[in-house]
Amino acid sequence: MTDVEAGKLQVGASANSSPAVDVKGLTKRYGDLTAVDGIDFSVGQGEVFAFLGPNGAGKSTTIKMLCTLAHPTSGRAMVAGFDVGSDAKSVRRHIGLVFQEQTLDDQLTAEENLRFHAVLYGVPHGQVESRIARVMELVALSDRRKDLVSTYSGGMARRLEIARGMLHTPKILFLDEPTVGLDPQTRALIWEDIQRLRIEEGVTIFLTTHYMDEAEYAERIAIIDYGRIIALDTPDVLKASVGTDTVAIETSDDEAALVALQRAGYTVERTEGGLTAFVADEEAAVGPIVAAAGVPVRTVRAHRPTLDDVFLHYTGREIREQHGEAIPMMARARGARRS
Amino acid sequence: MTTLSTTGSTAPTPAGPAATPAVDPGTVISDEIRVVGMVWERELIRYVRTRTRIVSGLIQPVLFLFVLGYGMSGLVGTTGGFNFRQFVYPGVVAMSVVMTAMFSALSIVWDREFGFLREMLVAPVSRVSLVLGKTAGGATVAAVQGTIMLVLAPLVGIHLTPVLVVQMICLELLMAVAMTTFGVFVASRIQKMESFQVVMQMLLMPMLFLSGALFPLNGLPGWLTVITRLNPLTYAIAPFRQVVFAAQDMSPAARARFPTNVTLFGYTLPIGMELAIVVVFALVFFVLAFRGLSKTE
Repeated sequence: MTDVEAGKLQVGASANSSPAVDVKGLTKRYGDLTAVDGIDFSVGQGEVFAFLGPNGAGKSTTIKMLCTLAHPTSGRAMVAGFDVGSDAKSVRRHIGLVFQEQTLDDQLTAEENLRFHAVLYGVPHGQVESRIARVMELVALSDRRKDLVSTYSGGMARRLEIARGMLHTPKILFLDEPTVGLDPQTRALIWEDIQRLRIEEGVTIFLTTHYMDEAEYAERIAIIDYGRIIALDTPDVLKASVGTDTVAIETSDDEAALVALQRAGYTVERTEGGLTAFVADEEAAVGPIVAAAGVPVRTVRAHRPTLDDVFLHYTGREIREQHGEAIPMMARARGARRS
Repeated sequence: MTTLSTTGSTAPTPAGPAATPAVDPGTVISDEIRVVGMVWERELIRYVRTRTRIVSGLIQPVLFLFVLGYGMSGLVGTTGGFNFRQFVYPGVVAMSVVMTAMFSALSIVWDREFGFLREMLVAPVSRVSLVLGKTAGGATVAAVQGTIMLVLAPLVGIHLTPVLVVQMICLELLMAVAMTTFGVFVASRIQKMESFQVVMQMLLMPMLFLSGALFPLNGLPGWLTVITRLNPLTYAIAPFRQVVFAAQDMSPAARARFPTNVTLFGYTLPIGMELAIVVVFALVFFVLAFRGLSKTE
């Protein structure tokens, strides 16, 4: 008990300054296989932090260690101010978890699932009902509160799980591939939910994904591959690190345009079918470039490096051609089980 | 969560709504009791909601009672006004209790398959509470199922008295607790849903057939005697039949024709000893069930 109190005191004393997650040299080996290879990072309070990487990169293993479901082989991780190794129970009380696979009882109603969770996570009796109403509202499922989960679609079930993860007011919500196997519209809804949680509940969000476009929503991204973090920064900085923005144009007279643009101070190259200018900010540069070209411009293509380019740059591969593990197969297996 | 802040300059807020649960031993215990209650409640909700399960849980015992009962009555005959249906009745009630308890416990295999087991296992609660709740739930459901079977008693000529009903329910609960802990242990070892049917066929049916539920355990060949005496269910069903028969008006000839006692090395076990064996069995499997679940994840 004194241990726990000491832990609480530590959190209380440093609530505003200490990171939500702090990881040093975290390693997990399964026999000869090193799933996570000495990673270091920390997540600030209230941050949306994403682990981006292909299947089998070590994302889920890391999340399991942070949630105390797997013991680190070596290294240390503090979550919500508690050590995952020595104070697992405190860690679990302060985190919300949404797993890759569904973990609802579909013979119970949404409300019953939530009530079960509230009791298991020690939500004080008097707060259970108001908290259930609150989280159902957060994911916009209030009107389906009394329905059996078996009548829910896959996307609704996932959003109910997010609501459940928030029920006991966790400091950090862990989401392991929250949108895998869902249609784009549902994925967008889930992202709206996540943003709302962050703004209205001030919770720190830690998620994993192998969808590049989704990682963009995060404030900071750690790109993980073969168990190592190979890059960690904001999406903009990561993108900037792999090259500059470009504006490609086709004109009626490329020769004249090249001379005019170079005279105007642009770095321009002749490329297939036209010219490419390297700029700091493609959006802002389009207008001036068209104006500076001095000849009629037929087409303009502005491009900013994407996270795909970032991943390719750091790993030399596209994210979807990984490790022989087929993503579509997994999605199919999941769909089959849900139906 | 900020009430322990060292600054302490904020206005006194009466116990912040987002306060983390206080950690004192009293709260921990009452929290764990709430968990046991919740797991128990879930079992009941699921039981009530699956009417097909209630009905199918009745059909098999009813088949045994009437079809086997009438079929065998011709062969066994009537002794002092007592027939095979009356003999088999307590065994059939026990069978329905055992099957319901086992089925309830084995629903953990479903919970694993559909992920809900994980939701329970990662919660910051003691696994003892989870097993206790599951056991209490399975036992309640099984005892209810067994009690529904009591309405059939008059149809086969078994007289119920209030005391007998209370005795039967108590024994049903004990039997159900023992079988649920056993079932939870078995379920904790089953990783695949396909194995479930196999377990039901290879474990539960032999246990029921070799327990004395359907025939007297006296005068069996040696090998069969050994197996029935090794079967823990034998010691749960014998006392059940003993209390039922004790309340019946039976001639000495009928009692001799339909014996209820279990002998071990020529020694007749008293009812207390039989019950003690069941209690020990339940405790052993409670511990094993707890260990089995702890190994998961």
